[in-house]
Amino acid sequence: MTATTQILRDYLERLESELPFGKKEKREILLEAEDHLIEDAQRDEASGMDASEAERRATRRFGEPQALARRFAEERAPAIELRGVTKRFLTPAGTAYTALRDLDLSVHVGEFCAVVGPTGCGKSTTLALISGLEPPSEGEVLLDGEPVTGVSRAVGYVFQVDAVFPWKNVLDNVATGPRLRGVDRAQANRLAQDWIGRVGLTGFERYYPHQLSGGMRKRAALAQTLINEPRILLMDEPFSALDVQTRTLMENELLQLWSATKSSVVFVTHDLEEAIALADRVVVITAGPGTVKGTYRVDLPRPRNVSEIRFHPEFALIYQEIWNDLRDEVLVSYERSKRIVS
Amino acid sequence: MLVNGLRVGVAVLVLGLWELGTSQGEAGLIDPFFYGRPSGIASQLWTWIQNGTAQGPLWLQVATTLEEAALGFLIGVGLGIVFGAALGRIRLLADVFAPYIKALNAMPRVVLGSIFIITIGYGIWSKVALAVVLVFFVVFFNAFQGVREVDRVLLNNARILGASERQLTTHVIFPSALSWILASLHTSFGFALVGAVVGEYLGAIHGIGIVIATAQSTFNPNGVFAAMLILALVAVTAEFAMTWLENRLIKWRPNSFTDIQHI
Repeated sequence: MTATTQILRDYLERLESELPFGKKEKREILLEAEDHLIEDAQRDEASGMDASEAERRATRRFGEPQALARRFAEERAPAIELRGVTKRFLTPAGTAYTALRDLDLSVHVGEFCAVVGPTGCGKSTTLALISGLEPPSEGEVLLDGEPVTGVSRAVGYVFQVDAVFPWKNVLDNVATGPRLRGVDRAQANRLAQDWIGRVGLTGFERYYPHQLSGGMRKRAALAQTLINEPRILLMDEPFSALDVQTRTLMENELLQLWSATKSSVVFVTHDLEEAIALADRVVVITAGPGTVKGTYRVDLPRPRNVSEIRFHPEFALIYQEIWNDLRDEVLVSYERSKRIVS
Repeated sequence: MLVNGLRVGVAVLVLGLWELGTSQGEAGLIDPFFYGRPSGIASQLWTWIQNGTAQGPLWLQVATTLEEAALGFLIGVGLGIVFGAALGRIRLLADVFAPYIKALNAMPRVVLGSIFIITIGYGIWSKVALAVVLVFFVVFFNAFQGVREVDRVLLNNARILGASERQLTTHVIFPSALSWILASLHTSFGFALVGAVVGEYLGAIHGIGIVIATAQSTFNPNGVFAAMLILALVAVTAEFAMTWLENRLIKWRPNSFTDIQHI
């Protein structure tokens, strides 16, 4: 190798920042990539090519870091895997109600997966199973290849309704996670302060939740969840209670925060537009008992601006494709609810 | 300002009419022999303050009753919270003890006063015991309900954030139940006073209750009213203290809409 390793180094740095894995896995992949690139560049150099040009060609041949990161993620064990999961509940009337039937779902490391379906199809139940809050009646739930036996430390969960503690102010609410996990108060407060800044709540540290607007409470909830740096982020219609403007703002902020952490996300929503705007992949669940009807790759470019991505020509095509599937399920669910009412 | 003026007005009106009605003696609208009269009550209080009651100095009677009520209150609240929280958290305990607690609660517990005097004696502890019994159930039911009504989403959120079962109790269940428990404290100090006074009434050496009993047996309505006035003062002071405590402990709670004044 000659003097110009800068091109190679830049490339590997970009690749590293795109990779969603833990430190150890990253190092493995990067070392392998480096070997491959050096070898490739040396071959060109040997045939008399300029050293920096040879490196540039090698990186081009190797591929775009973003696309590569995705390929690596898909080759490894999925971050979340549900195998043939069925969930039944006992209703107050004493009958069994099946919320999910034979559901298979896997989410790659660092993937943003949106789950859409008609109301009552078991979307929230899916999250409860992944989080370990509830066990499946049948089938298996795996996180990073390990079966789920209880609430995992790797999981963060943003609930549909307000889940910040009304008796704690914003600072204490955000600091709750580290405090519960044994971080001392000073350190936890420093961390919380940092996250409060990241979600734009600086100046509101001493406010109690009832003194905040719905959007601000959601920001606090987001900071409270993300401060634990979850590798797996579960979100249950987190923005459904917000007005449209606040919602778009929050969606953009979520994408920004997520791109910095590269966690694997399952985002449940009934809003197909939101699902496509945010996700790498959209999974459609059938009307209850829920099972996977179809999955769709969303290949829109990142970083995305949620309010503008809707005008992307491909957006409408994807929307139409998914809607064809979803429509039938929504109709089924609607017919059922009519029958119950009448 | 207007409210305060009207408040004073109401007091002046009632006391004035009472005083006027009793000014004619037996022939008047109200017979002071049975109903006492405000000036008589005032002079009775003054006599007690200067010369003491038949049971000794007035402050000793007040202090005795207060001590019994306060001890009964503290012990009753403590037991109520512990048992309420335990039964609220542990399903089996609740199922086992539910019928007994219901039966005990349905009983007019004041009758226990007699038992306590027989078993514990004339001292303050028989009164404390009665106050404890009265306070316990109020706090117990509120603590029980408070623990049961904890928002499931908040519990789940705390679990996800990393709470152990013990941390769930301190971070979620207790603060959440606290507003229920504090609400019960308002009424339960009143119950503690009832326990102390009734206990003394049934037999005691010192205390406001025995002062009232003495006044009653000597046909001295002014004495009964004067003692009642003292009790009312104690109760109101305790009520203020409780409100202060409540505001300090749950300052996170939103003001209810009725507090908002349109200007």
